[in-house]
Amino acid sequence: MAFYECVFIARQDISATQAEALADQFSGVIEENGGQVGKKEMWGLRNLAYRIKKNRKGHYILLNLDAPPAAVHEMERTMRLNEDVLRYLTVRVPELETEPSVVVQSRHSRDDRGDRGGRGGGRGGFRGERDGRDSRSSRDRQDSSDSTDEESEE
Amino acid sequence: MTVEVVSKSAGVRRPFFRRRKSCPFSGPNAIKIDYKDVRMLQRFISERGKMVPSRITAVSTKKQRELAKAIKRARYLALIPYLIQ
Repeated sequence: MAFYECVFIARQDISATQAEALADQFSGVIEENGGQVGKKEMWGLRNLAYRIKKNRKGHYILLNLDAPPAAVHEMERTMRLNEDVLRYLTVRVPELETEPSVVVQSRHSRDDRGDRGGRGGGRGGFRGERDGRDSRSSRDRQDSSDSTDEESEE
Repeated sequence: MTVEVVSKSAGVRRPFFRRRKSCPFSGPNAIKIDYKDVRMLQRFISERGKMVPSRITAVSTKKQRELAKAIKRARYLALIPYLIQ
């Protein structure tokens, strides 16, 4: 059996419990075909980056699978048939993560968004200015001005 | 962070050094590439939602391929947009 990670997006109009029932339904399909579901993660109702079938939001659900390919195929087939599923992505992974994924972790620490500078190593030059600005544009600006920033450090 | 001085013109000492940044995904305290980690991916896409070339972000060739795949997966799942108008 192989490890897979499956993320699917359910329609925004269904409730969270219905979305959970959907996840249970697909887990049932996996188990019927001789697979196991390791972890089930509900990311909740998230905003989509673009509209999918007129939906602006969607319930994201992550399933960690240890299943034979046939079971995954069968699950994907039922997902295609189900109209509540907007999109699914099944990815083969070398090993399954047991701890909660980044999405769930970042949900808890949503408020401290300003504190992003520490990740890139030596990119802290703009940290003070960064807060409160649009994160993407400030990063772009930083990229283009990297050289001057570093020369002054030498 | 490892620092490496690159001098392009041999012999002639340039008036200022350009420090070469190392790949953020390799070496100690490397970040893991994950299509679910939107905040990490957002550092490697431009204002318009395009991927930033590795010559700017200093990501190694191998990791840039992985990163490109992760970005494309995240786009498919509507975690990050294909384009920002």
